[in-house]
Amino acid sequence: MVDICFYFQVHQPLRLRPYTVFELGKNSSYFDEQKNREILDRVATKCYLPANAVMLELLDKHPEFRASYSISGIALEQFANYKPSVLDSFRELVRAGKGRVELLDETYHHSLSFIYSKPEFMEQVRLHSRLIGKLFGKTPKVFRNTELIYSNDLARTAEQLGYEGILAEGADKILGWRSPNFIYKPAGTKKISLLLKNYRLSDDIAFRFSERSWKEWPLTAEKFAGWVNQVNGNGNTVNLFMDYETFGEHQWPETGIFNFMKKLPEELLKHPDNSFATPSELIRKHKATAELDVPQMVSWADVERDLSAWTGNSMQQSALQQIYRIESEIKRCGDEKLLEDWRRMQISDHYYYMCTKWFADGDVHKYFNPYESPYDGFIAFMNILADINERLKKANEGRELNEALRAAIG
Amino acid sequence: MRVLMFGWEFPPLNTGGLGTACYGLTKGLSKNGVSIVLVLPQASAGTEKISSVKIRAVNIANVRIKPVKSAMSAYMSPTEYERYMLKNKGRKPIYGQNLFEEVERFARQAAIIAREELAEGFDIIHAHDWMTYKAGLAAKRVSGKPLVVHVHATEFDRTGGLGANEHVYMIEKEGMERADAVIAVSNYTKQKIMEHYGIPSGKISVVHNAIDKDEMPDVRVEKNSSEKTVLFLGRITLQKGPDYFVMAAKRALEAEPDTRFIIAGSGDMEPRIIEKTAELGIANKVLFAGFLHDEDVHKAYRMADLYVMPSVSEPFGITPLEAVMNRTPAIVSRQSGVKEVLSHCLQVDFWDIDQMANKIVAALRYKELHSELRRNGYDEASKLSWSGSAQKCIGVYNLLLGKAG
Repeated sequence: MVDICFYFQVHQPLRLRPYTVFELGKNSSYFDEQKNREILDRVATKCYLPANAVMLELLDKHPEFRASYSISGIALEQFANYKPSVLDSFRELVRAGKGRVELLDETYHHSLSFIYSKPEFMEQVRLHSRLIGKLFGKTPKVFRNTELIYSNDLARTAEQLGYEGILAEGADKILGWRSPNFIYKPAGTKKISLLLKNYRLSDDIAFRFSERSWKEWPLTAEKFAGWVNQVNGNGNTVNLFMDYETFGEHQWPETGIFNFMKKLPEELLKHPDNSFATPSELIRKHKATAELDVPQMVSWADVERDLSAWTGNSMQQSALQQIYRIESEIKRCGDEKLLEDWRRMQISDHYYYMCTKWFADGDVHKYFNPYESPYDGFIAFMNILADINERLKKANEGRELNEALRAAIG
Repeated sequence: MRVLMFGWEFPPLNTGGLGTACYGLTKGLSKNGVSIVLVLPQASAGTEKISSVKIRAVNIANVRIKPVKSAMSAYMSPTEYERYMLKNKGRKPIYGQNLFEEVERFARQAAIIAREELAEGFDIIHAHDWMTYKAGLAAKRVSGKPLVVHVHATEFDRTGGLGANEHVYMIEKEGMERADAVIAVSNYTKQKIMEHYGIPSGKISVVHNAIDKDEMPDVRVEKNSSEKTVLFLGRITLQKGPDYFVMAAKRALEAEPDTRFIIAGSGDMEPRIIEKTAELGIANKVLFAGFLHDEDVHKAYRMADLYVMPSVSEPFGITPLEAVMNRTPAIVSRQSGVKEVLSHCLQVDFWDIDQMANKIVAALRYKELHSELRRNGYDEASKLSWSGSAQKCIGVYNLLLGKAG
């Protein structure tokens, strides 16, 4: 018996303007409204709306079908601001799914906060959970961290926060000879379950689907179902985790990705032992087969499956250090707008854009980069950070003055 | 394979990019087993200058130099030629009255040389920039061998798009049309050739200029000042954008007052630029270093914290490669070809003063940015070589010879 578990990540960053040093202290609007709106509009039209329509159709056609999503708070905000129809269609999907569409939690700001500040991480998770409750009337029970970044420590923290399950990349370096097609128990935890991405099968769809030089091209639903069937007898689950933008944005409609997805459940269900499950159903149905020890952070990025895409060079390290260094001051100063701007500067994409590895080769990093170069991304970020620091100084001066006045009057 | 090449004097006699490119390419071709008869226009034939050229050239195997007395030199404009002739009035009776006459005269010499060289035989004619195109065509007429014209710059680049000389344009166009193949130093230039000269894409091959790591002189500099320095190095002409450089300097100084800006080079715009720094009130912050020779060029790169090439239109632009090889990060005009081979640099539109100043300030202020650019730029440029560019040229030759044979 194999339960196929679809999980889709939905996120759109807030891209920065090419903020110059000359705006410092004069202009505190940091984000490229027009570009963010344009991109969201494009991705909504190419991916979110048509993909949701396909999923709705599948839920209607196959009572067995299941899907799960995590949508960053930053993405949900942009849906509400720029394209409410996308938010409506996700709500419709969850409603029509009647428990067959599960929503997961993540950090509201799609941040790397877990690595740099646990208190900030917990606040962002809480913010996200609250937003999902407000928009969808659901309380997520399963957690997935930004870019599938994961370690034992994260599993323990998620358990403390009350989550029953957590997602991670089924990377070779953490699995060794073991299979991603079972449920694991993270080392040092009591009852939280670990679900691992089957990266070969997931990436066959997400990355290789339209690659003509791939020997399996063109990939049909029938062929893919055949690969999944091979897991039967030596696994409980096949976890297909990917960016939702795979549908229509990374893989264009012309590649046949939508038709592939439309046909896939039908093909999978031809095998009597196949079925679908949400992450929560998987956890209820299957016991952990073994403990998995992941002391080092893993992620789903690049061949390295590590943090180097965000923290690999000195610009990234410096930017991250400087943003988290001011955390306690930002939280003390009492300026809500400043706090939110500071959080938006934590969106992991800002640091991803500063990545210099492979830059000259023009690979996937370049494709997703709104800046011409990683250096431009760094310059905009650092100039904005300087402005944030200036505002912080002013806010503190104001607060101190107020306190002094109050003391004098009191 | 044997090439009859119409080129330009090598550095140190010619410090511009054209001489550097001719030298690099000649050396690269020789390394790949191509022998070359190199025809060089030389105004001062017979003086000591020649011997220094010979010294450099002798070091290259398979290269024979054929000097031709001529009053024209690389980058010369028709007006500059007339000024030169006026200055030397009466003493240069053999030269043409104006640059165009001189170009024609050089072409007649080329025909004679081509006929002579036929005895020993050559397979290809290769001509660098417009002043040699007519010579290339003459040699082609005499010998029937295929001609490659190598475009290092067009009249549109040299004049910054203002007042292009119609006569020069016609010579360029004729050369490109009648040549068997055109080599452009960048895709940026290829685009210009297609747009302005109507040459079909299939006839134009891109061969980027390069830099050889082992040719970098080993110079040491002492930096004792805490002041940061930003360098401009090139001819002070409209094409190189020195006016944008000083305007960006003015703006950058608002944010980083402890910065010095150095302008190294000479050119017709120099008085205007000096005046402009005074007008902007930054005369005390801008230093004019004059025309630098040889090792001083590399010292200047090393002394600087940042190199800026703000060109209005730069077909290639070899100086940013020299800067990064001296471990100085570069800001490069987007209107250039060099950015196609150097991605680890900062780029700006030459007219965008605010962004140019912003990036100057950022590179001086954020040390991680500076060190990443420095390391990655050096690594990237280290992978380039003139031998690699020469191999692409040989590819073009082979294609022509296959077609011809």
